[in-house]
Amino acid sequence: MKVESKIMLGLGCFFGLIAAVYWFWGRDSTGSIMIVGGMLLGFLPGGYYYWWSRRIATRPEDDPTATQAQGAGVVGAFPATSIWPFTLAMGAFFTVLALVFGIWFLVPGLALVIWAAFGGVAESRRGGGV
Amino acid sequence: MTDVLERPLTPEHSPQEEHGPSGLLKWLTTTDHKIIGLSYTVTSVIMMVIGGALAEMIRFQLTTPNGTLVSLAQYNELFTMHGSVMIYLFAGPFAFGALANILVPIQIGAPDMAFPRLNALSYWLYLMGSITMLSGFFTAGGAANFGWVAYAPLSNSTYTPGAGADLWIGGLLLTGFSAIFTGVNLVATIFYLRAPGMTMFRMPIFTWNMLVTAILILLAFPVLTAGLIMLYADRHFGTHIFSVAGGGVPVLWQHIFWFWGHPEVYILALPFFGMVTEILAVFSRKPVFGYKGMVFATLSIGALSLGVWAHHMFTTGVVLLPFFSIMSLLIAVPTGIKIFNWIGTIWRGQIWFSTAMLMAIGFVITFLIGGLTGVYLASPPLDFFTHDTYFVVAHFHSVVMALVLGGMGALYYWGPKITGYLLNETIGKIQFWFLFIGIQVFTIPMYMLGLDGMPRRMAVYPHDPQWQTLNDISTAGAVLIGLSTVLFVINIVVSWKKYPAGDNPWDGQTLEWFTTSPPPHHNFYRLPQIRSERPTWDYNHPDHRALAHGVPETPRESEQVPS
Amino acid sequence: MESPALSPQGVTARQRRWRRIRRVAALPLAALALSGCTVPSFGASAGVTRSSRSVFHLWQGFSILAVIIGGLVVALILWSVVRYRRRGDSIPKQSQYHIPLELTYTIVPFLIIFGLFAATMVVENKELANPTTKVTVDVNAFQWGWRFTYPGHNAMVIGQTTQDPEMVIPVNTNVHINLTSSDVVHGFYVHAFNFSRYALPGVLNQFTFRAVQTGTFDGQCTQLCGLYHSLMFFRVKVVTPTQYQTWLASFTTSSASSAASAAQKALQSQSATNVPTRITTSRGAN
Repeated sequence: MKVESKIMLGLGCFFGLIAAVYWFWGRDSTGSIMIVGGMLLGFLPGGYYYWWSRRIATRPEDDPTATQAQGAGVVGAFPATSIWPFTLAMGAFFTVLALVFGIWFLVPGLALVIWAAFGGVAESRRGGGV
Repeated sequence: MTDVLERPLTPEHSPQEEHGPSGLLKWLTTTDHKIIGLSYTVTSVIMMVIGGALAEMIRFQLTTPNGTLVSLAQYNELFTMHGSVMIYLFAGPFAFGALANILVPIQIGAPDMAFPRLNALSYWLYLMGSITMLSGFFTAGGAANFGWVAYAPLSNSTYTPGAGADLWIGGLLLTGFSAIFTGVNLVATIFYLRAPGMTMFRMPIFTWNMLVTAILILLAFPVLTAGLIMLYADRHFGTHIFSVAGGGVPVLWQHIFWFWGHPEVYILALPFFGMVTEILAVFSRKPVFGYKGMVFATLSIGALSLGVWAHHMFTTGVVLLPFFSIMSLLIAVPTGIKIFNWIGTIWRGQIWFSTAMLMAIGFVITFLIGGLTGVYLASPPLDFFTHDTYFVVAHFHSVVMALVLGGMGALYYWGPKITGYLLNETIGKIQFWFLFIGIQVFTIPMYMLGLDGMPRRMAVYPHDPQWQTLNDISTAGAVLIGLSTVLFVINIVVSWKKYPAGDNPWDGQTLEWFTTSPPPHHNFYRLPQIRSERPTWDYNHPDHRALAHGVPETPRESEQVPS
Repeated sequence: MESPALSPQGVTARQRRWRRIRRVAALPLAALALSGCTVPSFGASAGVTRSSRSVFHLWQGFSILAVIIGGLVVALILWSVVRYRRRGDSIPKQSQYHIPLELTYTIVPFLIIFGLFAATMVVENKELANPTTKVTVDVNAFQWGWRFTYPGHNAMVIGQTTQDPEMVIPVNTNVHINLTSSDVVHGFYVHAFNFSRYALPGVLNQFTFRAVQTGTFDGQCTQLCGLYHSLMFFRVKVVTPTQYQTWLASFTTSSASSAASAAQKALQSQSATNVPTRITTSRGAN
């Protein structure tokens, strides 16, 4: 986790530096705020990874001498199939059409989104399809 | 000697794939990154063909000074949709949706992407977004016609009313979210699902480049999405964020757009840099020269790319010229490092001129032209001189056509891994020469037109008939490029399931060549010991480890871990 | 490989090679120095304003570097492609790092970049300087034409689409431009000036140039501005100061209608092409 955190924190620091230079040189609030946003996007995950990297043992993937046996076991839960992403995307599609062709498209749009949200959560909870 | 161990990957889930649905339902419900990646590949190549057809119409319109193939209004739709399709729907999704989706998990020894259902959602959003954007052609007012950059206030409801523009915004919202989700997925996959021993500095260059690309997506795309919502609000909710009338600032749109738009250039380019790096190394039978330098170059391109957006806005007269000039010029340094590392990779190699290798070398040369002309544009006086002329058009077409070469190379190189079958090499090489020569014939006249003062986005040029010859040559180049695409399709048909590839047809170096072609459901039945960024090579050629400068050519015993 | 063995002359092989490189490199540079002002134009032209010439020289400098660097890279690639093509199944030496070489091609580009930046700044400061001016023209861009007004004088020229309005300015005089837009973003671009600037709604863009040559030069909108973007032309007519005064006087001495007809005539002298023209308006102010 150390390298990962260093990359993100390093990017955050660099953007911080750029934001400072840009602000004091050009006084342009639009760009400065956007670069500060970039800085935060570096620091937020970077800090999280740093916090964890000090609290966990070296993971097999960070150990240059790890054998494949060290990684044996369950890697994670990977659902084999799921219809909910498609349902959710169709919901988003109808919602976007509502932006163009009329508010009534929101009815199927939001219905599909809500249906997909419940369906997806339920699928994760019962472990079915996973 | 390298030890190989079975790594039982999610044994309790593997058998399930046999009971899964088939046919259309399988396609609709799959969460397998390889099938999703393949769907992305097919969809994005179709988008390339659509975008290419629009490009040919543009070129044929320009063969005469007063072209009458399309009307002025249709021409505006053509180049707007050509740019939008190529940038939003082809190049990006082809890189981070298609190839990264398929390859990144396999290259790092992961069973799938970190969030498989999110991955599926990304694809469906992308498909729906593409359909939304393209459906503008079927509305009464036609498709969006304000250029792919949609500069305010031209893009507001006063100057561009109609459903086409709204469909363009809607399509971009969907594909934007798709990109963000893919970015999240890639970062999480690379950070959390690497195989044991696959440390960060042992990841293949392609995976490194995809990591930086994914981080850039996360930094840049939310800004675009926010900007699009503001634009929509201006169009329909009566806000005046980008219109002077209500106290808004039109230039703000350009800031927001290019704050996404310039990182987007690297979101497009970095994946292809990664593909080409791998192809050059494999077909030279050498490791990537200066691997660490390559990684740092990629990271610094990513970091710098966030601070250069306003070099697209030099001629607005309201940006800080020296800052953006030096930041843009600085990007030439890591890019140069990459080019010299590519040369170092093929230097003293055993170069095998397969189609993929030809495409990769063609990429380096074409990209070099685009890169060098990019240095000019980082200089404000030279930008004032060439801004919005065909010089700029030629510059970025050199770059993106180089990406097409790289992408084609990637299809020839990795296609066999995904499908299990090779493509015909003879047709492939003919395709390469059509494409490579076509690109140069296509772009070089455009440079000259730009220097002669031809502005971009011109449907007709009645005052300057002397531009016709160069435009005709450029059109001929575009025809050659089109023919190369036809050859590619012919090649797929001719080679359909004809030449079985085997697991490792190119003597590949990275993990994807260790598994079967096509890989099994969760990618690996077994994994080799990972002790460098070339685990498959180390396994196949244990006596030919990578060497640092000055190290004699003997295997380093100290680095070999006893089994 | 390159052992520093002393040759009979007491010069190392490395030094000898360096001398040879210097001799070879000196040739094109000497040729360049000898040819003097006949440095190739690399497709650009010097233009007709004072700063367009500086831009042109900057262009030449960039181009020389680009040709050298690009030529070097292409030569290296072609050499590798020819020399190292596959000649058997042997595995080449797996060299991966060469730190001195890598540092060289990191540091040298840095130096080149700073050189380019310095040259850029010199030209940019010259181009964007704001010297005192006697002539000011207010340029207003609109869909799809241009309006040129001369503050303090009664002169105004308007034209739309192919009926190009003509901006008349005196030669060898600093001309100050106030550039505005009435609707969307337009681009003020005169190829012979090697210069362009956006006309932004809500923003007053100012710049100064000094034409050093008389003649009529084509200008055009470069930023997409809607349907008739391709037809949004104008011309810049650089005349002698006397002619300029006469031209200005034609607006003040005659009545508005005759001024309008004069401008109309000037506009119609440009050949109307077979592209359909929408509207033509042209009149003297007040």
